[in-house]
Amino acid sequence: MSKISVIIKREYLTRVRKKSFIIMTILAPLLMAGFIILIPLMMVSGDKDYKKIAVIEEGSNLFENVIPDTKDEDFVYLTNVNKNELLKTFEADGYYGVLYIIPEAVNSPVLYSKKQPAIGLLDHISGALEKEIEKKKLQDYNIENLDSILKEIRTNVNPVTNIVDESGGTTETSTGIAMVLAYIGGFLMYMLVFMFGSQVMRGVIEEKTSRVVEVIVSSVRPAQLMMGKIIGVALVGLTQFMIWVVLTIATVGILRTTVLKKTDVTEISQNITQSVMEQNQAQVPAVTQAAEISPELAEFSKFFDNAMNQNWLLIIFSFIFFFITGYLLYASIFAAIGSAVDNETDTQQFMLPVTIPIILGLVVAMGTMQNPESSLAFWFSLIPFTSPIVMMARIPFGVPAWQLIVSMVLMVITFIAFVWAAAKVYRTGILMYGKKPSWKEMWKWLRYSS
Amino acid sequence: MSLFEARNVTKMFGEFKALDDVSISVPEKCIYGLLGPNGAGKTTLIRIINQITGPDSGELYLNGKKLLPEDVEIIGYLPEERGLYKKMKVGEEALYFAQLKGLSKAEAMRRLKYWFKKLDMVDWWNKKVEELSKGMQQKVQFITTILHEPKLIIFDEPFTGFDPVNANTIKNEILFLRERGATIIFSTHNMASVEELCDNITLIDRGKTILEGRVDEIRNKWAGSEYEFVFRGDVKLHENGHFKVLSQAFENGRSTIRISTTSDTPTNEILSNVMKSGNIISFNPALPSMNEIFIRVVESRN
Repeated sequence: MSKISVIIKREYLTRVRKKSFIIMTILAPLLMAGFIILIPLMMVSGDKDYKKIAVIEEGSNLFENVIPDTKDEDFVYLTNVNKNELLKTFEADGYYGVLYIIPEAVNSPVLYSKKQPAIGLLDHISGALEKEIEKKKLQDYNIENLDSILKEIRTNVNPVTNIVDESGGTTETSTGIAMVLAYIGGFLMYMLVFMFGSQVMRGVIEEKTSRVVEVIVSSVRPAQLMMGKIIGVALVGLTQFMIWVVLTIATVGILRTTVLKKTDVTEISQNITQSVMEQNQAQVPAVTQAAEISPELAEFSKFFDNAMNQNWLLIIFSFIFFFITGYLLYASIFAAIGSAVDNETDTQQFMLPVTIPIILGLVVAMGTMQNPESSLAFWFSLIPFTSPIVMMARIPFGVPAWQLIVSMVLMVITFIAFVWAAAKVYRTGILMYGKKPSWKEMWKWLRYSS
Repeated sequence: MSLFEARNVTKMFGEFKALDDVSISVPEKCIYGLLGPNGAGKTTLIRIINQITGPDSGELYLNGKKLLPEDVEIIGYLPEERGLYKKMKVGEEALYFAQLKGLSKAEAMRRLKYWFKKLDMVDWWNKKVEELSKGMQQKVQFITTILHEPKLIIFDEPFTGFDPVNANTIKNEILFLRERGATIIFSTHNMASVEELCDNITLIDRGKTILEGRVDEIRNKWAGSEYEFVFRGDVKLHENGHFKVLSQAFENGRSTIRISTTSDTPTNEILSNVMKSGNIISFNPALPSMNEIFIRVVESRN
């Protein structure tokens, strides 16, 4: 067995055998599966966050029962109530707030509440009132059969997105699916790179502070030790990731057949995707209510088809590619930092410059979901420090091949350069004690001859 | 024939010259002392021998051939700053280090069993390293240093952390290793152990070799002008133009007095001069201890 594989084996086995690793590996998918099951459950049961809102009007009853109840809010129209009295007692009476409408100033009703109300609630109120006012204004024109006309002209628009490829063929896609994939891809990349990169750093610091490193580098080259550690930790990461995926799927499957026997599975899946779409895309039309979903299996299967229309092969390949190169880039920087310091508290000053590009990548990636074609997204998906995260967020929306290739080539060049430079800093750093480390010092080490 | 040779080795760290044209030649099957004050460049030289760092200029030879990267497998190194992975089990860790030195797992296992038995450590195999005392950990490290039966072994302060009994065990093992054909480079500040163990030494100060040779030759050479008298009864000598008194002590009815001659006065003349002072029991050239030589050589350069 070659020496580097001896090192990889040790790095891998000592980490995989740790209690914390076993606990994390088992617990995380349980939590994940719990969320996947719980979120739709909460949405189906609906009345978790139930609010009652009193509606009163000044001197008339023009707007009686015009605001429809939603799944979270009931609107109770009260007559013959003194506003000032009600404001004193509404909370004790079980109301979340009081909506006060003045017919003379109908454009600006007042919502009294103890807490700042959610924007969704305000949108709902203004939408309902606007519709009613428009209706009343139309009625003033004395049009015949107004009600049936109004019914007929009511329209819902659901844009369907189609991606056109070079040969002119079209594929139906879903912006919602793309957003979910962008979010998962970008965030997972951020988490994995950061988590396992800093594990490399802690490993290097452990070897340095326990003074075990000098014995090892008398048997193997420092670069071999560094790469052995980086590869060993990467394998730990991939192992954990794989177990997570398998366990999450298994747990969801088990919970589905036991806890949720009665609920239709497809309903749940649709609820999830639906809810994500609602959260991310304010203009998703026709907010479907939970109760109405069950019969709409057809819509779900369309949604599913859209998901399958994503280029999964490209996504998975890119994820693995960007994870490996991104991890190598950051892990080598982390290894160099770990070699330069004497203990973990000294790493603080170095962490900021390393963390900034990662966080920046995440922020840009989240913005990418709103506007995947922005020039910000374009540039950050080419710059190697942020490209793994931002590119993963862009790919579900479609990225021109040349951009992907340029990004990948830049990534490879950069990670090779950084691994090489980190190995040089590392070689000097691991044997240096008691020196206050700085970037300048590390730059000096970089230029030492072997 | 010399097993290891370093010729004109120079090493810079930025502007700082850690080694300045240093040459050493380590004869086969000898214990070679590498001495010097703190910061003299010993560790740098040892790291160069271990190929942890490379020299800026100079050449290194092992067995008459240029030192190669593969040679780490016939070199054993016990650094002064040494440690083990605290969370690993003793047996696994020893196996790990042995494999890094190129031993197969089976062969490493066989040899480890022999050594653990020999040094009374069999019970430790499944313990975690952090459960062992410092001295116990040192013993594990000693074994991992010599397990691959290196031809050249470098010990940097091997006795620190050992109680006298264990220090003696380790000393005997070192002598035994030499008997079996290993060559040993031994770096220490403990001059008593240098006198006891070393055949040859090199003394380095501020990156330069300032003294080298066989230990007995060096001591004899430095003995040149020093003598030791033993008198019966309490006797005091007074300095005169011929000699200086270095130390006087009266113990158990005897006075031991060391002098150094200040000129080329023949010893007979000094003797006849001193004879008047009391009853001489013995008169010998005094061999200076390595400790004294070390201090004098280094201080004379300051």
